[in-house]
Amino acid sequence: MRGRVNAGLVVGGLLVGLVVLAAVVSFFWTPHDPTLVDAARKLQRPGGGYLLGADKFGRDTFSQLMVGARTTLYVGIVAVGIAAVIGTPLGVVAGMTPRGWLSELIMRVNDLVFAFPALLLAVMLGAVYGAGTLTAMIAIGVATVPAFARVARAATLQVMVTDYILAARAAGRRRTAIAVRHVLPNIGSVLIVQASVSFAIAILAEAALSFLGFGTRPPTPSWGRMLQESQELLFATPRLALWPGLAIALAVLGFNLLGDGLRDFLDPKLRRIRAES
Amino acid sequence: MTLYLIKRLAVLVASTAVAGVVVFAFMALLPGDPAEVALGVNATPEAVAALRKQFGTDRAPVAQFLDWFGGLLHGDFGTSYVTSSPIGPQITDRLGVTAVLVLGGMVVALAIAVPLGTFAAVHHRNPLGAAISAVSQVGIAIPAFLAGILLVFVFAVQAQALPSGGYVPIAENPGEWLRSLLLPWLSLGLVQGAVLTRYVRSAVLDVMREDYLRTARAKGRGSTGALWRHGLRNASIPVVTVLGLQLATLLIGAVVVERVFVIPGLGDLLLNGVAGRDLLLVQGVVMVLVAAVLLINFVVDVAYHLLDPRLR
Repeated sequence: MRGRVNAGLVVGGLLVGLVVLAAVVSFFWTPHDPTLVDAARKLQRPGGGYLLGADKFGRDTFSQLMVGARTTLYVGIVAVGIAAVIGTPLGVVAGMTPRGWLSELIMRVNDLVFAFPALLLAVMLGAVYGAGTLTAMIAIGVATVPAFARVARAATLQVMVTDYILAARAAGRRRTAIAVRHVLPNIGSVLIVQASVSFAIAILAEAALSFLGFGTRPPTPSWGRMLQESQELLFATPRLALWPGLAIALAVLGFNLLGDGLRDFLDPKLRRIRAES
Repeated sequence: MTLYLIKRLAVLVASTAVAGVVVFAFMALLPGDPAEVALGVNATPEAVAALRKQFGTDRAPVAQFLDWFGGLLHGDFGTSYVTSSPIGPQITDRLGVTAVLVLGGMVVALAIAVPLGTFAAVHHRNPLGAAISAVSQVGIAIPAFLAGILLVFVFAVQAQALPSGGYVPIAENPGEWLRSLLLPWLSLGLVQGAVLTRYVRSAVLDVMREDYLRTARAKGRGSTGALWRHGLRNASIPVVTVLGLQLATLLIGAVVVERVFVIPGLGDLLLNGVAGRDLLLVQGVVMVLVAAVLLINFVVDVAYHLLDPRLR
């Protein structure tokens, strides 16, 4: 491999691994049914099989956190997937024809989409189609497209001036073949780093949307909605806000550190590309 | 510079117009007729047709768009189909509150980031500088609304020093106005300050490696004096760009923070509009927010050119 394992990679990988583990295990096992309403256990204190206590409906906080990890990853994967699948080809095309009208058009549309943040898109989608996990994922994904397109374009511009591209062109390779065989593999590591960073932003966006009631609908557990439900009880039971808050912060920190760590690990030169884009 | 300004201004006008088309088209996709919704299921077709005529929704979409967008240019956002009150004054009332919220958040962020970032850069080899970098990394992972909840817990629940929410207009009681905005400003500013600290740090680090700074030191200025006199202006170029992006982030963050602290700003208006299915209101607020983001980007680009003579 090209790099050295660094602290960011290890800590970020561990935190992300923890979120993934919680999500995977939650498919097979949670301490209690996370959506089970139990009046007898209303606001139960931690202990007695309820590791972190229960909320105002008597639902187990720990189980909700586990299933909430699933929601977080699901939204992140789909949103980043949308952004990567749309943004990468646009960025590559814009980077391969930097002076063409198509490139100009792509970057202008990109700037325009950039003016519609995920939250506004989600609110608009929610107003028209009714809010839910799907509208949140689409909104976050579309709003992330410009970031991918910019990074892909910047990386493609750097690849296009290399000798192997010159050789491929001299050999009469078609543009699509150059894009698929030479450009994509060489900008892959930049895109992986971008995916990790975008994932962190997607988690923040999903939490904010669920907090506002424009994300995952009840009864599906979601960290953002757990926070929103905890707010009115902040005076009586602050721990209800503590755990989902901590989960969001650690997950975001994990993906950010992983992104930074991957950047250093895969190629130290990448720092420059990102700074310029 | 003038040519650049004209070109950039043209792009701003064009993007705002296209954004208007997008927002309008989006809302026009909506299933259901505002006139039918307003009158309920028992309305006669004649009454619906009359109301449709009154709303102007019986006309071609292009005519409706031109009417709406033309109105925006002189502050007329139309009349709500739901509350029958004009939307423009509501938006201007709320815009002031949100603007104060965002600018205060920006001031907090700058007050944190410039000294801390510069310090972390100057002392990047000792533990305190590294600690600042680590803390800023954690700060980035905390969304503004979570910071808000934590601040409410510390300052309103535990210390009982500040209100947990609500808003007092400045004309009513300046002291209470300040108290009601302190926590919202901090929630927005702390998080953005953490993000900005990293950029200030790397910008100052870059500048410190430049030859002109060594020259200034060689000519007898102390290292602090050299950085102050020659470094900060150059370090400010990348920071201003990030600042612009952050201003847009703060504007959207304010929507959520207004919900946490029950502040009657644009975000509150937007979410109430969605809840009350007041679509013309939603359309108007979204347009104002998008136009604000475009305007911020424009100002950043122009500022960038003013700060860096090499780009002229």
